[in-house]
Amino acid sequence: MPRLNVAILGSGNIGTDLLIKTMRSSLLRCVLFVGRNLQSSGLAKAGSLGVPISWRGIEAIVEKPHICDLVFDATSALDHQTHWPILDRLGKIVVDMTPARLGAMCVPAVNRDSCLEKRNINMVTCGGQAAIPLACAIRQSHRDVSYVEIVSSIAARSAGPATRINLDEYVETTEKALVALSGCRRSKAILILNPADPCINMQTTLFAKVAQPNLERCRAAVAVMEKKVQDYVPGYQVIVPPIYENGRIVIMVRVQGSGDHLPTYAGNLDIIDCAAVAMAEAIARKHFHVTPQTKNGPGL
Amino acid sequence: MKKIIVSDPTLRDGNHALGHQLNVRQMVMYAAASDAAGVAIVEVGHGNGLGASSLQVGESAIEDLAMLGAVRAVLKHAKLGVHIIPGFGTINKNLKPAIEAGVDVVRVASHCTEADTTQRHIGYAREKGRVAYGVLMMSHMAAKEVLLNECRKMESYGAEAVVLMDSAGAYLPADVSERIGFLARNLSIPVGFHGHNNLGMAVANSAAAAEAGATLLDGSARGLGAGAGNTPLEVMIAVLHRMGYSTDVDLYKILDAADLAERHLMPKIPTISSLSIASGLAGVFSGFAKHVERVAAEYGVDAREVFRELGNRKVVAGQEDVAIEVAIELAARKGEEK
Repeated sequence: MPRLNVAILGSGNIGTDLLIKTMRSSLLRCVLFVGRNLQSSGLAKAGSLGVPISWRGIEAIVEKPHICDLVFDATSALDHQTHWPILDRLGKIVVDMTPARLGAMCVPAVNRDSCLEKRNINMVTCGGQAAIPLACAIRQSHRDVSYVEIVSSIAARSAGPATRINLDEYVETTEKALVALSGCRRSKAILILNPADPCINMQTTLFAKVAQPNLERCRAAVAVMEKKVQDYVPGYQVIVPPIYENGRIVIMVRVQGSGDHLPTYAGNLDIIDCAAVAMAEAIARKHFHVTPQTKNGPGL
Repeated sequence: MKKIIVSDPTLRDGNHALGHQLNVRQMVMYAAASDAAGVAIVEVGHGNGLGASSLQVGESAIEDLAMLGAVRAVLKHAKLGVHIIPGFGTINKNLKPAIEAGVDVVRVASHCTEADTTQRHIGYAREKGRVAYGVLMMSHMAAKEVLLNECRKMESYGAEAVVLMDSAGAYLPADVSERIGFLARNLSIPVGFHGHNNLGMAVANSAAAAEAGATLLDGSARGLGAGAGNTPLEVMIAVLHRMGYSTDVDLYKILDAADLAERHLMPKIPTISSLSIASGLAGVFSGFAKHVERVAAEYGVDAREVFRELGNRKVVAGQEDVAIEVAIELAARKGEEK
């Protein structure tokens, strides 16, 4: 069966986890794994898995542009601003894992199909992937959602240097995506790094202000959304279904990872990487007009 | 005589005690009194700092910029300070406009092990010619060697001082002496301390910090702050003067400022409630108190147990939402036992 050739730019936590997920996919083939430091543990891991590696950053793709159709950019928001014009010129489809927000903001459970034609697909943020489906469920069950706020807590150990330097971009991208994709009027995003040992699972709480809360309809819509996300993020789970507390709707989800690169607490890594792989697979299917061998095949 | 720089967070941390409802009139009135007393830095803002007005922590009565503009106009000698926690406030949305509004001192805070999240915000404040301090919150959760390493990171980003916060009010004086002494001996930039009063130790802890080498101390009027409150500023000044430190603060004038704050800012003077003691012992941020009290009542569980469980989970400042989950869980457990 034909596979879509992909390259992964960035050898940090996100890139390394993506690598393992793409290797499990029956629709994708990782042809190049690129870092900037030959000593990085990500490159060593890729090498040991038999994946071609380079430490020369974006140059590695510029020199051999023909080898891939799609590039996952798992560097940083700042780096992506440099990478995108180059990759655009080379005619690559780019799935941007950083909060740079240069492309179409994508949460597969919400807008997979409308992103399939885009050349730069932005995977928003881990918190955005967890909360935007819930915000949409609230919007579906209420006429007017004046405000949505999301608070994500992640294990400090799951946040690499790029995540830490990009906190501002995380906040602003998550807030913009909440408004753009859910149709709420105002939004706020908060990210907390928690250093507890043993590490905490990723958890996201959503607060919403609505005029006339309809919890019954909201619960049903959230349950449907939960299933949609679980199709590509198996560890996504609503732990507090919609309640009305202190004048606001509250919903809490926990995301457990599949333990690919980091242990299962790193649901933040898993949710954005699973979403990105789901998009790349959808693009591969469209590209080759193929369907996966089994409906529940690996990587789906 | 050893000199202590006094920073007054009444109009920032005090907002925790008032559900972030301090108004412009109150702020202007107190800021003028604190300024007249000779305080070096008057901090203003939402309890969790710039951009932190939220359903998670509480919504501010007024916009950050309205507070800053109003207080800026009445400060004659004191510097105008803000607190910002990356993950809550951002440079573009919050810090840039605050600096344009005339903020002099930017205190960039992170949980005590996550100093690298402060790099860009400290750098930005310095780039704009402002004084930048690094603040480590919940500092009781890390060993002194870890704290030193985090402080060194902040220094490398441009921090001109570092402040340890006892956000849970969990320290005893010996804990403070050990940590502050270690930092003061090993760092070339000034070290500060911000006490909370959950175990009645705030003044004693601040005095211990000064003795161990801290040169920057926080205190607020009558202790106005989250939970059991902060170090009461007027008591701290009296004690520091007795110990032979100079502060530039006039004792009678700061006593007047405290009286004014009591009359015009606080519906009640912060006290060490039973719940605050549970919070201090559990090592949970004092700011959780109002949230824990509310959800415990709502789900019919013991607020002290909620604090204990939050402590077990090692929640950090900003995780107020977890209180809801814990209360629901405790209520379910109680239901099963019946």
